[in-house]
Amino acid sequence: MPVQVNLPTVLRTHAGGARTVQTEGSTVGEVLRNLEEQYPGLSGQVIDADGKLHKFVNVYVNDDDVRYTGVMDTAVGPFDEVSILPAVAGGAGPVAAGWSAGPVSLIDLTLRSP
Amino acid sequence: MTAYGSVLDLIGNTPLVDVSALSPNPAVRLMVKLEGQNPGGSVKDRIALAMIEEAERRGLLRPGQTLLESSSGNTGIGMALVARLKGYPLKVVLATNVSIERRQLLEVWGAEIIDSPGSEGSNGAVRRAQALAAEHPEWAFLYQYANPANPQAHYRGTGPEIWRDCPGITHFVAGLGTSGTLIGAGGFLKERNPDIKVWAIEPPAGEMVDGLRNLDDGYVPPIFIDNHGEDLLDGKRIIRPRESIEWTRRLTEVGIFAGVSSGAVLAGAVKVAASIDEGIVVFVAADGGWKYLSTGAWTDDLDIVEKRAQSMTFF
Repeated sequence: MPVQVNLPTVLRTHAGGARTVQTEGSTVGEVLRNLEEQYPGLSGQVIDADGKLHKFVNVYVNDDDVRYTGVMDTAVGPFDEVSILPAVAGGAGPVAAGWSAGPVSLIDLTLRSP
Repeated sequence: MTAYGSVLDLIGNTPLVDVSALSPNPAVRLMVKLEGQNPGGSVKDRIALAMIEEAERRGLLRPGQTLLESSSGNTGIGMALVARLKGYPLKVVLATNVSIERRQLLEVWGAEIIDSPGSEGSNGAVRRAQALAAEHPEWAFLYQYANPANPQAHYRGTGPEIWRDCPGITHFVAGLGTSGTLIGAGGFLKERNPDIKVWAIEPPAGEMVDGLRNLDDGYVPPIFIDNHGEDLLDGKRIIRPRESIEWTRRLTEVGIFAGVSSGAVLAGAVKVAASIDEGIVVFVAADGGWKYLSTGAWTDDLDIVEKRAQSMTFF
């Protein structure tokens, strides 16, 4: 059964620039493994060395975040859409090309003393 | 009626209203907490007051010291109101793609707006504020995404209010921005009744982040990480702009004029309601609709409004 996978911009280079790709699989894990065979290097961006989802990646099956539905074991059915998205600051709107990471770490700033 | 000594005393204790007429399941009640009733117009009044007063208590704020914050609007507006009453000048780093009313309200309360490119969204505003904070150590940057007073305001206010007004709650649904509401109120509710399920609703923001160079440039709020948000949540779902606007309009059927993020959260609450046998789903309407009139959310053609919403920050 074909499954549609929506790729974020940052991963499209691994799939020849495609916004969406077709693959197969009945779980998120299978889908990501099959994707890796079709597009070497792609799933390596999504899964870390321990087989866990990258900290700054969210994967959704029909818009439900798979971290809360069984992660790699989450069932994927025919006609389901799998979306891979980067995690961004809440309330974030569209971010266009040209965005670059600043020098300041986003998590090392706490309440400042005057 | 009660007489109040200060507008700040009006923050919190917002009403909870039954809107089960919008429930897809007759065995599931839908209740909405109207955060637009806060004096600054949004749920963010709570954290603005809590962050500033906590900083005062800890001796981190001098009288008259300049405050800095990055905000997509509501936190800035809440802080501007509180800062005005307490005598702190405020600078707000604001993405340019927010509704005109958000900018105007900041001006009403005397805040200085520092523009951040709309194309960079909240990520850009956060980074700009951090750079400014590094350049100006004399300013106090309370950093809502990492400040523990943010979830504490909900742990001490929003959560207990919901528990007081609706002890039969089975599901809690709120928008995910800083994660303060979900961590604080959701955490409180689960302490009272571990069976309560907590659902986060988010806009498809990451879909539009075209300029991200690699995934390591991503961002998860420190509040979410520090408080093990992943263990707390039972589900997280994206609601897209079209559905958000459709449900924002549906809210007017029950007399509620709320912001576009409230429509998204209602859409999520309706999906939860449809998926369970029975229960009481409480969701948070973060603000009123006033600040979004200029977007045509209720009055213009849905296709046009959807396109506009895709390039606008409304959470």
